[in-house]
Amino acid sequence: MRARLSHTVWGVVAWIAGIVFVFPVIWLVLTSFKQEQAAASNPPSWSFTPTLHQYEQIFDRNITPFLLNSLMASLFSTLLVILLATPAAYALSLKPVAKWTDSLFFFISTKMMPAVAALLPVYLLAKHLGMLDNVWTMVILYTSMNLPLAVWMMRSFLLEVPREVLEAGEVDGAGLLTSIRRIILPIVSPGLAATALICFIFAWNEFFLAVNLTATNAGTAPIFLVGFISSEGLFLARLCAAATLVSLPVLIAGWLAQNKLVRGLSMGAVK
Amino acid sequence: MTILAARRDERTQAPVPPARGGAKDRWVRRAPLLPALIFALVVTQVPFLYTLYLSTLSWNALRPGDRPFVGLDNYLTVFQDTRLQSALVNTVLLTAGAVLFSIILGLALALLLDRSFFGRSIVRTLLITPFLIMPVAAALLWKHALFNPAYGLINGIFGGNTDWISAYPKAAVITTLVWQWTPFMMLILLAGLQSQPHEVIEAARVDGANAWQIFRRMTIPHLRQYLELGALLGSIYLVNTFDAIFTITQGGPGTATTNLPYEIYLTTFRKFEYGEASAAGVVVVILTIIVATFALRVISSLFRMEQNR
Repeated sequence: MRARLSHTVWGVVAWIAGIVFVFPVIWLVLTSFKQEQAAASNPPSWSFTPTLHQYEQIFDRNITPFLLNSLMASLFSTLLVILLATPAAYALSLKPVAKWTDSLFFFISTKMMPAVAALLPVYLLAKHLGMLDNVWTMVILYTSMNLPLAVWMMRSFLLEVPREVLEAGEVDGAGLLTSIRRIILPIVSPGLAATALICFIFAWNEFFLAVNLTATNAGTAPIFLVGFISSEGLFLARLCAAATLVSLPVLIAGWLAQNKLVRGLSMGAVK
Repeated sequence: MTILAARRDERTQAPVPPARGGAKDRWVRRAPLLPALIFALVVTQVPFLYTLYLSTLSWNALRPGDRPFVGLDNYLTVFQDTRLQSALVNTVLLTAGAVLFSIILGLALALLLDRSFFGRSIVRTLLITPFLIMPVAAALLWKHALFNPAYGLINGIFGGNTDWISAYPKAAVITTLVWQWTPFMMLILLAGLQSQPHEVIEAARVDGANAWQIFRRMTIPHLRQYLELGALLGSIYLVNTFDAIFTITQGGPGTATTNLPYEIYLTTFRKFEYGEASAAGVVVVILTIIVATFALRVISSLFRMEQNR
């Protein structure tokens, strides 16, 4: 009886903690459906007539090109990352090269290098090549940003392919393509999807490189939010609508990938 | 399916030792690795070499004319610059504060989620949500909708008219970072808790150990490497914090929240001291390498565990 009571109590505590943590997000979404007067009221207004006015406003203010730039930079860099990382992970797991550990640690060490140290040369080079404010510059940079993560993650998924089955396939005369299609892909495709989603999340949310290397042409979704930084003449409800909208793709991607999220974030070290 | 599940553990083993084939075989094995390796070398190492070169020049982009070679002068400037020193201190304080509090909260939440209760997966989804909000959006949300003295939610609920950001700038930034990073720590620690061998804990309970003893003597030692991993990965990400500073405080008031990335950004794009900014960048890389060496050690110990399994 006492055990069951404590069980319930801890469940309730967990629920309260969850709601407290998510509450700022709920407030963000609620505010995005308010009129500006209701959003800036003190004490905060809890009952109001929801309106889509703020969302209309941000589309009027041309958020669309920013969303499209983000979509392009995130999708293409994710595609490129997967194309580069999957074969590399294969060469570091199932058919390993000599000194595979060195390569593996080289990749992760590039992830640890602070972007701020590379910013100036990248900026000067992009300027020299006329590639400032260009989506493809962002595609290349986001690819290199996510590559180590994807190599490590894909490697950890490829190691789950049973070696006996691969070897049996080889004995039966299955070529490389057949074993990739018939044996490897079915096993690693959930991992492949999770890797892609996590790379997409990081590319979509990236701010430091975007704010320094893009402007009007290639500005990504977070750059649209820069206009809301100053408190003067702030439109709070409109800000909340914009913040909700730009966060939505990652929220969905993250909820979908949540079972594999920890594995990706720890570079495959934690399952 | 049962066969698959039963095999899972045996399968996460180290790769077979590379075969000692001929030169051709070695290149066949290397081929899939090369595109990624070359890409990473070109895009990450070349800029760094260029930074090294730039750091030896006296180059202010606002000053026309030559960019003389000055050797290590920029490094002397960097080490004597009090702004950079305070930026270093701020970086350590902000990173340590954010990592420490997010680990403590993350551990508490992981312990809550390790029990079964009604709607556990919903609560987990709620708890990871802050991590998924775009960092700039999260920083704006806290700055304007929660911390604002006139219409922010915090003063709206608790009363008063404290200007949280001016009064407690570091705490305001850390709060935002902790809110975003606690889910990350929680996920890592939860994975650690769930990998605890249940039979051993059950045996300890049968032998009369109470919950606190089990937690102190068994759970914490088991979690140690997960705590280390969370702390180190968190530090690697958080030491580069830029979004929150740029958005919430712009490094202020004064230089109260100016960390190294933000200070180098100011040196580069506000003062246009390219040579000095590069030298500072090199120093940051060296500091990062020191921290990263520890991180790699922790990761490779997890890695060995994986091999021995």
